[in-house]
Amino acid sequence: MPAEPLIEAEGLAAGYDGTPAISGVTFSLHPGQRLALLGSNGGGKTTLLRAVLGELRVLSGMLRVSAACGTVPQTERSRLDYPVSALDVATMGTLAALPWWRRPGRHEREAAGRALERVGLAPLAGETFGRLSGGQRQRVLIARALVQEAGVLLLDEPFSGLDRPSGERLETLIGELTSEGRGVVIATHDLEQARACDLVLCIAGRQIACGPPEEVLADVGVLEATYGGAIVELPGGGGRAILPPHHHHH
Amino acid sequence: MAAAARSCLRTITITEMLEPLQEPFMQRALAEVVLIGVAGGALGCWVVFYGLSYAAESLAHSLFPGLVLAAIAGVPLLLGATPAVLVAALAIALGARVAGMSREAAVAVVVTTMFGLGVLLALSPRSPPGVEALLFGDPFGVTDADLAAAAALAALVLLSLRLLHGRLLVAGFDRGAARALGVSPALADAALLVLLAAATVVAVQGLGNLLVVAVFVGPAAAARRLADRMLPTMLIATAIAVLAAVGGLYLSYYAGTAGGASVALTIVAVYLLSLPLGQWLAARRSAPPRAEATIA
Repeated sequence: MPAEPLIEAEGLAAGYDGTPAISGVTFSLHPGQRLALLGSNGGGKTTLLRAVLGELRVLSGMLRVSAACGTVPQTERSRLDYPVSALDVATMGTLAALPWWRRPGRHEREAAGRALERVGLAPLAGETFGRLSGGQRQRVLIARALVQEAGVLLLDEPFSGLDRPSGERLETLIGELTSEGRGVVIATHDLEQARACDLVLCIAGRQIACGPPEEVLADVGVLEATYGGAIVELPGGGGRAILPPHHHHH
Repeated sequence: MAAAARSCLRTITITEMLEPLQEPFMQRALAEVVLIGVAGGALGCWVVFYGLSYAAESLAHSLFPGLVLAAIAGVPLLLGATPAVLVAALAIALGARVAGMSREAAVAVVVTTMFGLGVLLALSPRSPPGVEALLFGDPFGVTDADLAAAAALAALVLLSLRLLHGRLLVAGFDRGAARALGVSPALADAALLVLLAAATVVAVQGLGNLLVVAVFVGPAAAARRLADRMLPTMLIATAIAVLAAVGGLYLSYYAGTAGGASVALTIVAVYLLSLPLGQWLAARRSAPPRAEATIA
């Protein structure tokens, strides 16, 4: 494993208006690793992603991000109405390398075009972003991160709302990105997604656990603390399911 | 016979179009509303996409005390409007940073304070007659000096929009990712507010500070329904703003209606016309996007 981590956090607390929404977060992400950020909605997954992006102030602890971060956020309504093409969105990845008064030119648009080709969207480069399917939009945003030469990709619930072929296609793409030495963080509440990662970080306002999936996901106590409910073994080897707290019978 | 009548009608129409242009006050009024349309139409698209319509209206209202002070001092309105609008923009930017205060609340507090101050000044015994021109605009009353200043400000707005285009596009599309992409969303907001202040100062002489928001919001809201890329949206908005402003001016000239109000209402009428047109365009576009060439 290379010595220099892409992201390193120790005892990190971050939040809004000075109030921590997450605390005690300690992990490091190395090149080529895939980290699942596991937690229920409102547990602080997006908060941690925003802290890594530099959007939120670190309230205490340490956070070191030593690579450019590309982000694939959840789709917001306003973004679908925005008058931009897939190529426009991918071109946004070139701005960080340009001085503030320079507009992206032909060179930049060509780089964006190559990134769209890489994610298999070259034929849709001229399509309006909001008219693409959910999976296609995710890949346009990944192309934007590629243009940006991001060493780390942050994906917020990337598989929610995707049909099976789109999900598999995204999965393959993420595999390629990590094999090229990028670090990938996937925020998810899906245990199956987490199982496919190198590391799992469980979060519920504070860090519950962090480690390889076979260790972390085997611990029922960790999962209960993460989801605030009880974990039940599904009959017939169907895996585990989470029972919300108000369904407790013991 | 019919052809002769038609040609006669055409002659009259062209004469009627040209006749007002003989008048210097009308020439200046036309130049003023064209400048307003150019600066307001293009900038208005960003105002609409950034959700700043309310801020735009408030900014205009809050320069009222500056206008009244300029009128009392007998100096060009620009000299009063510029500091007032900058104070308001700064106060809004600072107010929105106060913990627990939304931008909307900050705007409301600042605008009522400033407007109230303006009314106090306007009702003072020293205020000159004709304060309603400040509220409702008077495109026929602009001087050559006013025009020169308005042209300079309009050029500044257009140049800045050109330089900042890529960054404004990023921060408006995806605030969360903006910082990682090398764009500060707070700076993008601040730049837009400053440009809005400059464009408001250009437009307030023609439209008055109660009506000026029409030129920012109306053409952009209409253009947004007619185009699906930023640059075409801005060009259409500019064209709509200029044409509607000139049309409003002619309406005012021939119907004897108030200049600023005629321009504002013409813009609103164009927006209303854009609704069915936009719907028709959307229906035409609603064919599903092309499938990808290769299927994995």
